[in-house]
Amino acid sequence: MANILGNYKQVISARTTDREILRGSQDGGIVTALFAYALENNIIDGAIVAGAGDLPWKPEPIIAQTREELLAARKTKYTLSPNLQLLKEATRSYGLDRIGIVGTPCQMQAVRKAQLYPVGMRDVPDKIALAIGIFCMENFPYQSLVQLVEDHTNQKMEAVKKMEIGKGKFSVYTERGALAQIPLKVTHKYEQPGCHVCLDYVANLGDISTGSVGSPDGWSTVFVRSKQGESVWSKAVAAGWFETKPMDQVKPGLDLVNKLATEKITKNQNYLIARGSYGVGKGLRNPYL
Amino acid sequence: MANKITVGHVHMSGCTGCLVSLADTYEGLFKILDDYADLVYGLTLADVRKIPEMDIALVEGGVCLQDHESVEDIKTTRQKAKIVVALGGCASYGNILRFARGGQQNQPQHESYVPIGELIDVDVMIPGCAPTPQQIRNVVVMAYLLLKGTDDQKALAAKYLKPMMDLAKGSKEACFCDLMYDVINQGLCMGCGSCAAACPVRAITMEFGKPNGQRDLCIKCGACYAQCPRSFLDAALLEQYEPITELIQGAMATK
Repeated sequence: MANILGNYKQVISARTTDREILRGSQDGGIVTALFAYALENNIIDGAIVAGAGDLPWKPEPIIAQTREELLAARKTKYTLSPNLQLLKEATRSYGLDRIGIVGTPCQMQAVRKAQLYPVGMRDVPDKIALAIGIFCMENFPYQSLVQLVEDHTNQKMEAVKKMEIGKGKFSVYTERGALAQIPLKVTHKYEQPGCHVCLDYVANLGDISTGSVGSPDGWSTVFVRSKQGESVWSKAVAAGWFETKPMDQVKPGLDLVNKLATEKITKNQNYLIARGSYGVGKGLRNPYL
Repeated sequence: MANKITVGHVHMSGCTGCLVSLADTYEGLFKILDDYADLVYGLTLADVRKIPEMDIALVEGGVCLQDHESVEDIKTTRQKAKIVVALGGCASYGNILRFARGGQQNQPQHESYVPIGELIDVDVMIPGCAPTPQQIRNVVVMAYLLLKGTDDQKALAAKYLKPMMDLAKGSKEACFCDLMYDVINQGLCMGCGSCAAACPVRAITMEFGKPNGQRDLCIKCGACYAQCPRSFLDAALLEQYEPITELIQGAMATK
């Protein structure tokens, strides 16, 4: 695990200067603002994002083609949004030539696999214009989220304004101003099992990846990774879409990102090893072999 | 160019969709034929009756057991080709041919079809119905580098092709069942949706973030399992996606 933070050209702390975006964002509004900038400047034709589903806080992947649709998809939903589901659809039914997509580290792996091994992804590989990865420790099935919010924090799903994981707590903010918190260790048993073999915390394969960890409240840590990521980021910053601070001048800084990434990857590597001898003289499959 | 490889397209029982997919690389096909490969065999494409010696045989379609000529052809292909590629779902897994029951004019007795791997050893599989033009392109470029590239390129191509060589030794089911057995039941699915996107017949929907396969719709092409990031994933190779993509684009660039 030589490269736990992946390859990157620069890492900074940033938030968008767009007040409208920032108001409803999870942290620094990086994903929404980058896609809004890319849409406005014809870098992408649309972006696959986690839109509203039929139940509260249950996302449904959508292809956002306007600023309004992007704004409506702000904020982290701590449950599954199978964004890859729309990747081929975006080129077919929607006719997009330049696709933006946001996703967790595993979804960025799926995007790059789709580019290198487009087994069932006709015409997709050359049309990924901006893939934004988000930091991810683990994800929850929807029913887990319901259990956490309704049983453990005693709030109604539809009354929740924002959910947040940080500082060792799962926090639920309601529309009426209440804050309910539970220790993160309560949430562990509700995690999605498939997350426990994941060896990526900061979305190493995104063009750009971002998350709150490492930066002050209201700001996001941003890794600029690929040539395309560098190109989009530098143009967006030059156009005044983001204010930035050097990573070594913010608290808690990159050390915390490093620490959490190491914890996650070490734990999951151990689990992968344990899977190998799960039975008696028999083991479970290792997806990386 | 003297350093070209020789490629043949061997047509078994298939719909020609795989060949159309090869042609759907558009100018890419000309680039391949100009710079990398001589087409030494192919129905309607090359004026050659008997299957000749070749580096790579791209085999489309399954083998009809009642058609002795086909059975002979696939055996000859194995003997004459250094590398046999099962191109597409039928050659790889049987695909829609699995559902054939005969009764079609003018050979109603033609009813049993098998993927070529049941009669010969297959080196590389390209699943999917049809396999995508970009997947075919990537394999052709990598196969060329494997045979004619520098040592570094050979190593890279071997790494790239390894999972597709492993597929050739793996499951014959190639249906949504593979995802159930080897990914979902193994506690590996994280609900990214790749399988649903890959399915050519929309047999997979995502329910509460997890794939649900309508197995009556499944044609057994193998695309969903091969596309899944938790079926095979060489993390070190994937990390190189940028230079590899540039390498492939560079190889396919036309003036």
